[in-house]
Amino acid sequence: MDEKFIEVKQLYKTFHTKKQDIEVLKGIDLSVGKGDIYGIVGFSGAGKSTLVRCINRLEEPDSGSVRIGDQEITSLGKAQLNKQRRKIGMIFQQFNLFDSMTVAQNIAYPLKMAGASAKEIGARVEEMLALVGLTEKRDAYPGELSGGQKQRVGIARALANQPDVLLSDEATSALDPQTTLSVLDLLKEINQKLGLTIILITHELEVIKYTCHRMAVMEDGKLLEQGLVKDIFQHPQCDTARNFIGVYNKFRSDYWQEEAK
Amino acid sequence: MSLYKYSFWEVLKHAFSAEVWERVVPAISETMYMVAVSAVFVLVFGVLLGLVLVMTSKEGLVPCKSVHTVLSAVINCFRSLPQVIIIIVMLPVARALVGKSYGSNACIISLVASCVPLFARLVESSLLELDKGKIEAAKAMGSGNMRILFQIMVPETMPSLVRAFTNAVVIIISMTALAGSFGAGGIGYIAVTYGYTRFEHDLLFATIIVLIVIVQAVQILGDTISKIILKRRHLI
Ligand SMILES: Nc1ncnc2c1ncn2[C@@H]1O[C@H](COP(=O)(O)OP(=O)(O)OP(=O)(O)O)[C@@H](O)[C@H]1O
Ligand SMILES: [Mg+2]
Repeated sequence: MDEKFIEVKQLYKTFHTKKQDIEVLKGIDLSVGKGDIYGIVGFSGAGKSTLVRCINRLEEPDSGSVRIGDQEITSLGKAQLNKQRRKIGMIFQQFNLFDSMTVAQNIAYPLKMAGASAKEIGARVEEMLALVGLTEKRDAYPGELSGGQKQRVGIARALANQPDVLLSDEATSALDPQTTLSVLDLLKEINQKLGLTIILITHELEVIKYTCHRMAVMEDGKLLEQGLVKDIFQHPQCDTARNFIGVYNKFRSDYWQEEAK
Repeated sequence: MSLYKYSFWEVLKHAFSAEVWERVVPAISETMYMVAVSAVFVLVFGVLLGLVLVMTSKEGLVPCKSVHTVLSAVINCFRSLPQVIIIIVMLPVARALVGKSYGSNACIISLVASCVPLFARLVESSLLELDKGKIEAAKAMGSGNMRILFQIMVPETMPSLVRAFTNAVVIIISMTALAGSFGAGGIGYIAVTYGYTRFEHDLLFATIIVLIVIVQAVQILGDTISKIILKRRHLI
């Protein structure tokens, strides 16, 4: 396994608001292997979203670098960046589907942009619909879908152009547990089938434990701990990780067991 | 027929007589012409300026403070003037552009000058309502600005844009009537010259009825189109 398919080095980002400057990323170093599902967990406001948004430069980092494969993302000009972005899929908590387009048109959108022919688009859309199990919903509008179905469309749209990387920012946070599970299963399936590298942001430890191979713990703009999920769960090193796992265990504990003690 | 001589009901009844409508119908077509031509200009320029406002704003796709500030200020200037004043101000402009400062074409110029800034603001607020997440999703897929603008922003906000344009057309209609009193012709002209100056109240009533019917029709049409789009997208 290529240990450093995605490499983030010394990433800094400060937001300047009228009232104050908020330093959100304080020197992030991160490497993700090819074909990995990499989880990043942290409490609200830790800077997780800002970090992934810097990876495809929806947010411009102040300094530092991001590399994917042999492409230095942070040094690209606008046109090249747009081209590169077509190879980086992204899914969102609020799905962000286009309400004016049908499911099929949503999935076709990135393909049109990449200049695929009508025939290619048709075939690829069918393939994607089958992958996410929504073939019957081809001509439905997002407005008539459930949250889980919307996220499946989001995933299909993100994958349509055969990206190398999928960024997922709280993609399951608006879904019920059962739907969350099915979406995570889908992500695991495409990770294995397509060898896709996934960065998965969440504040739910269960999601990471279920899906990811490796993980990082983020707090206040820094990655405090990185490693195999198993290691961090068994031997959390930093306070935040311990805190997280403490909360996680608390939720899992049963009061009837507590009482029995 | 004046209300000073005849009863209200007699005047109202006479407002539907052939004699009255012979004079009102040509005015209607004149008004329709002015409204239609103005509406086309307002649609084109209003959408363009509205898009520029949104694009150049601080959170826009191509932030450009100088363009935004200047355009915004100019629009505000026009918007702060009452319509009567815009008509008067535009008279010399009309003379320069179409050769005379009265008549339908001159009127169209003041209608456009007054309603483009208004519609540009309506377009702006419609587009600003769009969920930023959708624009981000389009960006994340590597879309260029023009594609985001015309394939995402405009279609996504279409129901709201249709409603905004409906409002603009209603305002154009009422303004056409106002411009009529400055020699633009049309329904407004009839209402002012016959209804006000010559006390032919049957004609006045006829123009009121026509205006109400036209505005209702426009409003219902606009609402219906907007609803059809929303229904098709299952958003209502
Ligand atoms: N555009 C912005 N302007 C100013 N401040 C911002 C902006 N975006 C994010 N922030 C601030 O940066 C900090 C980190 O935000 P971020 O969204 O990255 O956190 P997060 O870890 O994703 O949190 P959550 O779990 O709630 O999504 C927050 O304090 C937030 O207020
Ligand atoms: Mg976030």
